[in-house]
Amino acid sequence: MDLRGRRVVAIGEREGVTGPSLKLLAESAGADVVFSVTQCFV
Amino acid sequence: MSPTPAILHASYALAHAPDLVRYGSKPVREIGRDPSLRPRITEALRPWDEVVAYPPNQVFIGNLAPDALASIPRPWYENRIESADPAGTFGRMVTQPALYGLMKLCDDFDLLAIDGELAQQAGADLVDFDHRRGRITGVDPAELRTMAAENSGLDIHQDGRRAGFIRTAHDQDEALTASVLLENLVSKATAVLAVSDLLRSAGVAADEIDYLLNCGEEAVGDRYQRGGGSLSKAVGEVVGCVNATGSDIKAFCSAPVHALIAAGALVAAGVHRYVVVLGGGSQAKLGMKFGAHLRNGVPVMEDCLASMAFLVGPAGADGEGLRLRLDLAGKHPIGAGSSPKAVYEALVVEPLVRSGLRMTDIDKYAVEMHNPEITEPGGSGDVPRTNYRTLAAMAVLRREIGREEIGSFVAERGMPGFAPTQGHIPAGVPYLGHALEAMRSGRLDRAMIVAKGSLFLGRMTQLVDGVSFVVER
Amino acid sequence: MDLEDQANVNRLAETSGTDDMVVLLGQPDANSAGLFAETVTRGDPTWAGPLAGVPLGLPVFHVLEPEIKEQMDGDLYDEHVGLMELSADVDEIIKWVAVCRD
Repeated sequence: MDLRGRRVVAIGEREGVTGPSLKLLAESAGADVVFSVTQCFV
Repeated sequence: MSPTPAILHASYALAHAPDLVRYGSKPVREIGRDPSLRPRITEALRPWDEVVAYPPNQVFIGNLAPDALASIPRPWYENRIESADPAGTFGRMVTQPALYGLMKLCDDFDLLAIDGELAQQAGADLVDFDHRRGRITGVDPAELRTMAAENSGLDIHQDGRRAGFIRTAHDQDEALTASVLLENLVSKATAVLAVSDLLRSAGVAADEIDYLLNCGEEAVGDRYQRGGGSLSKAVGEVVGCVNATGSDIKAFCSAPVHALIAAGALVAAGVHRYVVVLGGGSQAKLGMKFGAHLRNGVPVMEDCLASMAFLVGPAGADGEGLRLRLDLAGKHPIGAGSSPKAVYEALVVEPLVRSGLRMTDIDKYAVEMHNPEITEPGGSGDVPRTNYRTLAAMAVLRREIGREEIGSFVAERGMPGFAPTQGHIPAGVPYLGHALEAMRSGRLDRAMIVAKGSLFLGRMTQLVDGVSFVVER
Repeated sequence: MDLEDQANVNRLAETSGTDDMVVLLGQPDANSAGLFAETVTRGDPTWAGPLAGVPLGLPVFHVLEPEIKEQMDGDLYDEHVGLMELSADVDEIIKWVAVCRD
């Protein structure tokens, strides 16, 4: 899956990789992050 | 010379609240959508004796060590402790009538009415409680019916009947509706129990307490300052801390660790001699994961309100208590970044390195101590295990241990989660009672308490928060 | 998945189509990664949220998957994912996300 130019929905988690982190990473791959969120289960 | 601050005593309480589960935030919303869920929830709730015998609850009140829990096979709700005692080494469990009784004696504005039968049960279940027991009075059922008909509010249930009513205090104030007041009254009442037990076990008179720091998450206030109020003095008043004032520290789940550091600093600076850090139970979180529990055919396990209290004061000459190493306090600064690596670097590694210590110089880490049996059915995983493995990976990155030692690091310096999912309760601090016991008996020299908070939940920042401190013998 | 987030994903899919959309996950364990992957492919398995019975069929990947990792900046990846790469059960997480994708 080539992320370049794709619209990415980033669903992160506090104890794993957070939404803002996923956004940075996806953007570094040339993706357009249209939604990012961090879930907290507790 | 300035005094060395210490956590001198810890006290924890669990109040069984099966009939308040329906008023938890998640159940209220879901039952509103599908009323058939209510009887299904009721059917999946556990009776008192099963709640008492539930191994994680026995760990929470100090009758079972966390390491002993690790050797009890799952599911824990089936492998219960035989002849378990609701009175623990540093905590206790109380029945639902006792909880209602505590709420009644904490109610300074006639918000809550209960019937005579419930009042009698409550009084009997609180026979060893020292404060305001005369306030646990009942009304007759007819009066209760009239009250419910004439006021907006919520019914309070016991043994399948309407046994009480809590009223809305102001019709046009969203901060004073019955559901908000129920949350606040529950938090106050359960905190009162923990603080009362704390003072009794510590042998400190209530009037010796100088300052109270509530770290619960409830929003006390009215429409002009929703959440701006305080529970600290409200709790201290009930237990007779006549010489104390107080304030609340809010920081989501990490508030208790912020509060303990602040308490230690107040003692070290000589501002106050004795500070009590307290936190009541979280009504909103009852039944939070009930949907996953029903789907998986397991009991609805978020059925208890948890509370806690800690006495912070000068370390005794006899070495009693957990010495608070304020020089080793850790924080997650705004500029640190929110990756797990950045968070643990700031919270755990930086304060240790600053003092020439290694991660392996800490005997036990206490992290998010959520009971995995509650979180796993909903797909939320084993939160403590994830935290411990992340800490171990950090030690690998620092070349303190080899990659193959991650498992043994977790087994040796971690523990299974045993705390109910009650918001601010689980983050690190449930271990302090056990740490006190372990240090007293010489089994532990140094522990680190680490808490994180999800600031982003309030939609005001994407940041997470975190703080930590080290305690020593 | 949080109900509000399900609604957001659903709205995005409805208003601008799913053609060039990809979901990227960051959960630290297989159980939760699998649950999220299922929600955005076959629909909410808990039948509680707006995606219940809505099989969006979105392509979904976990940040730990090699074909995703190789497209990202190496230093950023080490900073944000390196620790989880060491601590998590990587194979198991990838397996569960792949099951939902296929």
